[in-house]
Amino acid sequence: MVKINGELLDKDGKTVTEMLADMDISGQRVAVELNEEIVPKAKYGETVLKDGDKIEVVRFVGGG
Amino acid sequence: MWEAADTVIPTREEMYKALEERHGAELQRKLSAASVAVCGLGGLGSNIAIALARAGVGKLHILDFDRVDISNLNRQQYFPEQLGQFKADAMYDTLKRIAPYCDIVKEQVRLDEENIPKLLAEDDIIVEAFDKADQKAMLVNCVLENMPEKYLVSGSGMAGIASSNMITTKRVTKRFYLCGDGVSDVEDGMGLVSSRVLICAGHQAHAVIRMIAGEFDI
Repeated sequence: MVKINGELLDKDGKTVTEMLADMDISGQRVAVELNEEIVPKAKYGETVLKDGDKIEVVRFVGGG
Repeated sequence: MWEAADTVIPTREEMYKALEERHGAELQRKLSAASVAVCGLGGLGSNIAIALARAGVGKLHILDFDRVDISNLNRQQYFPEQLGQFKADAMYDTLKRIAPYCDIVKEQVRLDEENIPKLLAEDDIIVEAFDKADQKAMLVNCVLENMPEKYLVSGSGMAGIASSNMITTKRVTKRFYLCGDGVSDVEDGMGLVSSRVLICAGHQAHAVIRMIAGEFDI
């Protein structure tokens, strides 16, 4: 199990790209932190989630 | 009747003393030594820059590519006579009136992944104050990937007239703070209202001031 934005989910073995697709999130408007470190956008496809990982997905919305 | 010609502004020492009396000597010393970049000078950035200038932040680096438009006046800190001016120029003039001894560097530039690491190299704290979601994400990812020593404060979700109390400050990671309600998207048809944008700007400016003070918890 991994913890995504505080919620325990069964995403072990999925890549960040797959996790975002499951969440129906566009990669253009997001920042992803894995265990307190930013995941570079270029590495979304090769970064695999494993048991115990803590992920923060920040979705940006417009306005300012 | 107020007349500019008769008005003498206080000296640097007088203004510093007034700040010191309100903030305390230790906090004011930290504020005066701080360097903060405000990226984007719209509804968030113009209000954030003013709050930081008033608090006596020593160096402000203000960046925006755009010009003042009539559609900005409902929430951004510009005057009708500044329409058409570059926001960096107009905000520089206003900040200099508020805090004449603040070291302000203005840049009329569109930030991108290429120029961000160089342009923001000298600033301790970086404030994301863009309006477009993809640009917010670009700046945040670029800073976190390339400049891990920086502190970053971003704003996301302040459109519409939903409750003020939805707007919060979150510490996402050690050096990355996120303000806003996270959901109220201007693209959902909700306009940007001065008071709610100001609340988010206040959260961002206050996160900056707390960091400068050495208070990193939210």
